[in-house]
Amino acid sequence: MSETFTKGMARNIYYGGSLFFILVFLALAYHTEKTIPERTNADQLTEAVVRGKHVYESNNCSGCHSLLGEGAYFAPELGNVFHRRGGEDGFKFFLPAWMKAQPTGVPGRRQMPQFNLTDQQLSDLTEFLEWTAKINTNNWPPNIEG
Amino acid sequence: MSSQTLFKFESQKVAKPYFVFALMLFVGQILFGLIMGLQYIIGDFLFPLLPFNVARMVHTNLLIVWLLFGFMGAAYYLIPEEADRELHSPKLAILMFWVFAIAGVLTILGYLFVPYAKLAEMTGNNILATMGREFLEQPLPTKVGIVVVALAFLYNVGMTVLKGRKTAVNVVLMTGLIGLALLFLFAFYNPENLTRDKYYWWYVVHLWVEGVWELIMASILAYVLIKITGVDREVIEKWLYVIVALALISGILGTGHHYFFIGAPAVWLWVGSIFSTLEPLPFFVMVLFAFNMINRRRREHPNKAAAMWAMGTAVMAFLGAGVWGFLHTLAPVNYYTHGAQITAAHGHMAFYGAYAMIVMCIISYAMPKLRGIGEAPSNKAQVLELWGFWLMTVSMVFITLFLTGAGVVEVWLRRLPESGAAMSFMDTQDQLMLFYWLRLVSGVGFLIGLICYLCSFKKSLQTAADDRPVPLPAETA
Repeated sequence: MSETFTKGMARNIYYGGSLFFILVFLALAYHTEKTIPERTNADQLTEAVVRGKHVYESNNCSGCHSLLGEGAYFAPELGNVFHRRGGEDGFKFFLPAWMKAQPTGVPGRRQMPQFNLTDQQLSDLTEFLEWTAKINTNNWPPNIEG
Repeated sequence: MSSQTLFKFESQKVAKPYFVFALMLFVGQILFGLIMGLQYIIGDFLFPLLPFNVARMVHTNLLIVWLLFGFMGAAYYLIPEEADRELHSPKLAILMFWVFAIAGVLTILGYLFVPYAKLAEMTGNNILATMGREFLEQPLPTKVGIVVVALAFLYNVGMTVLKGRKTAVNVVLMTGLIGLALLFLFAFYNPENLTRDKYYWWYVVHLWVEGVWELIMASILAYVLIKITGVDREVIEKWLYVIVALALISGILGTGHHYFFIGAPAVWLWVGSIFSTLEPLPFFVMVLFAFNMINRRRREHPNKAAAMWAMGTAVMAFLGAGVWGFLHTLAPVNYYTHGAQITAAHGHMAFYGAYAMIVMCIISYAMPKLRGIGEAPSNKAQVLELWGFWLMTVSMVFITLFLTGAGVVEVWLRRLPESGAAMSFMDTQDQLMLFYWLRLVSGVGFLIGLICYLCSFKKSLQTAADDRPVPLPAETA
């Protein structure tokens, strides 16, 4: 066995195999890039949505929440919170009110800090979460609870 | 016994501060882990002084940085020996140690004492916004500092390998380390489109821990096995190439298991599921590798603890990364488990098994030599080290089992039912309290194991004259 399968053969499989799959990976990246504008409604990716993403990041929302399932698992999923909390008619009222009311102060309950966001930032964050909720995520999450 | 008979090149000793600091950061990581474990149960514990997200970024960043210190220490120790020449610049290695250590401490202090949005503002996040993403919370200057340290490190070890003997061990290690540094550059790319952001974020995270970091782990494991078993290098290096071939052949397209539900196209549901099913293979082969080489050993090395770490890391990596990874990797399963406690269960055992344990393995092998104690610590010290090994490992198994239980109940209550019948996130969490208590107790067990492990270093200074392991004749490998 050790005479037929040499170290050199193993090394060649390593180099050849890795190179091949890197190339396939790059091809799939190209394909993915081509589909992203339509799947993510890039035409609705406004300046406000971009600012809202920046609010989300600079306050480290991912440190407690998940967004499309990624982040932390201490607080609810926010990828579909737009649908869960009012949708087209209600979310833009819900979110600023919710954010301004934190922390709840309920003893023993997980608390969200007060981030002292401006009305502009709250509006931008709302836009960001609405845009996120409309991304084609292959039908994820399974239900409204996220 | 002069330490010069214990390791071949004087410059290998620059590894020592890297190993020591790595273990200090490890302690910090676990303390913050325990804080979060309690916050899962008492939701407002330490609020608002230390909100959960701050404790979390300290915990995860300390993990990543202590492992990086460990990898660098490992490289500084083994590369001169493998290349058969002194390190290119020991002074640069020590300088970079201090740069990295100080930058790391300042970053952690920044997280703890400055509100995150203010930290972002102060550190130029408006010039280039790279903050606020999981594991990449570091301010821009820290990220730049990491690149500088990485480049200096690669230059140092790279020159050493280039001018010296190129073995499979040091070539695979260099490839892994270069890959680590290059992939980190994606941390500076933060697209406005959330889907694109996530797509390239995984180029850092997945291609690190399920890609180039596996090269680093496998090459360190191969090095330790060469040293402690005396098995022919040709045999060990052949296994090494098989392992890393499997790692990259499965892991590159395996990245797709992160692309199921983030807005990427549906082809990834198939590619990701199929290739990530293969991802346990390199870890399975590592188990066969470690056990077989030790079984076929040609010498009785006095460092039994190092041998345990070698076998243990392969097994725990296979279980945590391989088996637990497989449990939730198929798209139809992941559809229900994505972003919940099963993920946390897998993540903890995978990181501990693959990366924490390989760093402790190389430390176990190298530290007695670096400290001038001998080829191995005394038997009493090794016993204490093994207490640490077993307590940490068994505690981690329990942490993982309890989080898996939590995850299964969570999926049952929150994800499986239709909208309207499904329980809310917060209500579900209340139902999982028993699991979180048990997890926390296991976490305390882990800390006790870590304390035993650290005490073993102190113990090895208190050796009895008759308790010394038998010194080896000069090594020939």
